[in-house]
Amino acid sequence: MHPVTCGLEVHQQLDTRKLFCSCRSQLVEGQGARFVRRLRPTQSELGEIDRAALAQAERGMRFTYQAPPDVSCLVEADEEPPHAADAEAVQAALIVSALLGCQVMDEVHFMRKIVIDGSNTSGFQRTALVAVDGALEVNGRRIGIASLCLEEDAARKVDAKDREVTYRLDRLGIPLIEIATAPDMHDPEEVREVAQRLGSILRSTRMVKRGLGTIREDLNISVPGGARVEIKGVQDLGLLPTYVRTEMERQHALIEIKRLLRERGATPVPPAVRDVTALLRDSRSKVLRSALTKGGKALCAPLPLFAGTLRSADGRLRLGAEMAQHARSRGVAGIFHSDELPGYGITAEEVQALRAELRLGERDAFVLCADMADRAEPALLAALARANQALVGVPEETRDPLPDGTSVYSRPLPGAGRMYPETDVPPILIEPERLAGIRAALPELPEARIARLVGEYAINEQQARQLVRDGYDELFEEVGRGKGMAAVAARTFLSTYPELQKEGVDLEALSDAKVREAFAALSAGRFAKEALPSVLREMARGADVEGAMAALGLEAMDQGDAVHILDAIIAERAEFVREKGEGAVGPLMGVAMKELRGKVDGKAAADLLRERVRVFLEG
Amino acid sequence: MSYSERAKGLLARSKADEGDTVRLRAGGREHVGILMPHHGFSHPDVIVIKLGSGYNIGVRVDDGSELTVLAKAGARAPRPMPPQPSSGLPPVSFLGTGGTIASYVDYRTGAVHPALRAEELVATVPELAGICAPRSRVVLSLFSENMDVNSWQTLAEAVADELNAGAEGVIVPHGTDTLGYTSAALAFMLGDGPRPVVLVGAQRSSDRPSSDAYGNLLSSARFCVQADAAEVFVLMHGEPSDTYAHVHRGTKVRKMHTSRRDAFQSVNAPPVARVDIEGGLEMLAPCRPKGTGNVRPELAMEREVGLLYFHPGMGPELVRKVAEGLRGLVVAGTGLGHVSQGVVDVLREVVSQGKPVVMTSQCLGGRVNLNVYDTGRDLLSAGVIPGEDMLPETALVKLMWVLGRADDMEEVARLMASNLRGEISERREL
Repeated sequence: MHPVTCGLEVHQQLDTRKLFCSCRSQLVEGQGARFVRRLRPTQSELGEIDRAALAQAERGMRFTYQAPPDVSCLVEADEEPPHAADAEAVQAALIVSALLGCQVMDEVHFMRKIVIDGSNTSGFQRTALVAVDGALEVNGRRIGIASLCLEEDAARKVDAKDREVTYRLDRLGIPLIEIATAPDMHDPEEVREVAQRLGSILRSTRMVKRGLGTIREDLNISVPGGARVEIKGVQDLGLLPTYVRTEMERQHALIEIKRLLRERGATPVPPAVRDVTALLRDSRSKVLRSALTKGGKALCAPLPLFAGTLRSADGRLRLGAEMAQHARSRGVAGIFHSDELPGYGITAEEVQALRAELRLGERDAFVLCADMADRAEPALLAALARANQALVGVPEETRDPLPDGTSVYSRPLPGAGRMYPETDVPPILIEPERLAGIRAALPELPEARIARLVGEYAINEQQARQLVRDGYDELFEEVGRGKGMAAVAARTFLSTYPELQKEGVDLEALSDAKVREAFAALSAGRFAKEALPSVLREMARGADVEGAMAALGLEAMDQGDAVHILDAIIAERAEFVREKGEGAVGPLMGVAMKELRGKVDGKAAADLLRERVRVFLEG
Repeated sequence: MSYSERAKGLLARSKADEGDTVRLRAGGREHVGILMPHHGFSHPDVIVIKLGSGYNIGVRVDDGSELTVLAKAGARAPRPMPPQPSSGLPPVSFLGTGGTIASYVDYRTGAVHPALRAEELVATVPELAGICAPRSRVVLSLFSENMDVNSWQTLAEAVADELNAGAEGVIVPHGTDTLGYTSAALAFMLGDGPRPVVLVGAQRSSDRPSSDAYGNLLSSARFCVQADAAEVFVLMHGEPSDTYAHVHRGTKVRKMHTSRRDAFQSVNAPPVARVDIEGGLEMLAPCRPKGTGNVRPELAMEREVGLLYFHPGMGPELVRKVAEGLRGLVVAGTGLGHVSQGVVDVLREVVSQGKPVVMTSQCLGGRVNLNVYDTGRDLLSAGVIPGEDMLPETALVKLMWVLGRADDMEEVARLMASNLRGEISERREL
């Protein structure tokens, strides 16, 4: 049996107009007009409401939308029906389907997938299954492609407080290609490699967006005896293996907790809470005091036989953290549990009093929540429900990735049957001739591109492979065409970029346009290639190329000025130069470059220095 | 487009019905899923299947395709409806006209079913039971564009029955396209009813989580119970947000946008009230208070009345032909209420045949005035009746109703110029 089984869902934004209107597909700073909506789950025929939809609706949320001009219109505001699907986006989906060897549907039908967290103004996401049953090969292993869908991206969450969430509509409706792999990966590193390969294939169409947030991964992970858990919206591919490992640990710990609880004979905890406000009235805990002075209550619930599973001494078993995440999803700031008390200002005496009140034994635990009663109670009940799940094992759920490689509970896994047809969008017939045309003119695949980069630009294979894998190949070809520029460009993307990132420079701020600008100035001899990292650093901080050069004092020097400076250096060391003859060039280079760095190209400076030394020696 | 003969034959041979789980072999591939209804814009050879993932796909069949039924569709379990406890709240009647103001979705087949019975309404909009004691019946089953005089009469009678049976208010969920016509017709037919009639619609269908139907429906119920108002009204969203709804006088309201939630606007009058969707009511204009007594609807209407939208270059001969088969004509003229000289001459002929002609304006906003320009004066002298600040559609409905009870041209002119149901504003402030 494999130690872990993983599947990936890759969501790639397309660089076209929006999927169902002709708005530009771009994120913006402006907020634009505002409007407010509520969403309610539509009941199904049998009175069932999807469990994920229900979980969201129970929170009684209100949604505020920002509708910036130019990137949103009545369609995003759900004030006008969608237009027909963007032809370019459909074409991109078909090209990627062909690149992955998928079977394309004869006719593509858009569906409404119910989503009522407010991220879609309509209350559903429009999505269509375009193709199935493809594959790709990574390190000699075949990874199946289960499906390829074309769908609309959701609105961007810009603020969330209590029961009100604010979204911006710029991202809503940007076309996404969603590629779901089969659960064919069994190694954390392999997951990253597959994601990178899919990214390269998508980019090879030259129809996709690049940059942070334009490609997002949902990661499905399960270990034997665990359950399918989806970590949704990973943006940093480098962290994929970490998410797999931490989730494996989490599931193993939960399996261990289940074993422990069963061994002790623990049974489900009844959904009841006790008001212990009176016991904690004089507590010095800040959390308790602030809640109680506002008129809130301290509610408590016993967890018989759960001691040590909420947080074990070695920190490995952490059911308490899981319960807290469920409680927080009901709007409280958090809960306390007995494995972490006394602490947080709650004294040993108070803990004793609570234990006595609840008649708890040594192996029993309790949870405590202080907030307004209408919030504390549902939160505590949610925490208890989560505790009871521990008796069953690992719950299936959707989790949000955190930047530290861990994840937090977000909602139950959505049920399958929450889709119905999007009747406002006509189906798209895919003629076999169209597919044949696409197959006959496929874009260059990553392997072919690597080979071509090596041949055309005289860079080594490892460099070419890395450029393609990291998605710099397209820009590399644009800026690396000029004489001598390929080596500079390769070094920039493969060494300078990681160095800048290590310094904390925000590479996202370095747009393609800025990079082009910098290379254009470099090609024109405005500054020397040694100055490029500094120029890019300045530009990442917001400067344009002129500003960057000015800030660095890089006005390209003309030959006369350089000659003047070199002659002065030579004159100051006349004895030494006469003694060493042309051998002085080497030692003087360091001194010369101190003056000329960034203003004269290094090789040119060496040539010029040699020439000036000769002139000096010849008298 | 419907199925091709080939697809029809395949379906007939396999005895597959919509909702059945089927296996479809076509083009060298095999698909298993639920057989879905043919999509109107699908290729005629395409059969739509809902896969286990929930996605629909279109499969193009050819002569070699095979379709096998794996399982017949199970009978739909009827939705258990809790009986409604008597709440002591005022009774409010919901009269269905065919729109799906409340609905539920069959995710298995994707079908959207209207909630028609009161129990279904309450099951889908449970908050209703906290406002009123809902009663419900289905009066019509029509798309709103297929409504006609008969529909208005049927509806007016049904509304009167409900009011006379003691309803605190009657709510008529209605398709939005012709909502304004129906509200005007009900206003004229029902006269001085003792309690409110509220027509309500949705610009986003009720199967969507974002539908405006629920906010509008709840606000209508709240308005019926809380407002001291007894006319025929239209209630719809007041802005794109789910914040408040506007209540419009039934004769002064017009759909002014094809798709926005706030499509309905009062024209030449302020809205009558604002209802906050989360509760709260503010009256914005005076209206007739609730009363007692029964309503006796006056249903008679002349059907042969037309509405002519004048445009530059419109041939007088066309107007003559249009008027030939009619008993009366409403013209939407330009500006203050003008038509070309040639058309003026034809209208004079029409009036001389004893057919009333009423002038309204394409501007919608503002009052016609036939005294300002020569053309206007010519129209007046031709006997054309100025329609004041009536909406062209309201003037049409009113002329139908007036001709249902008056033949005499002078009497018709007098009634058309009188404010009977709030359709004419005496004055309008800046």
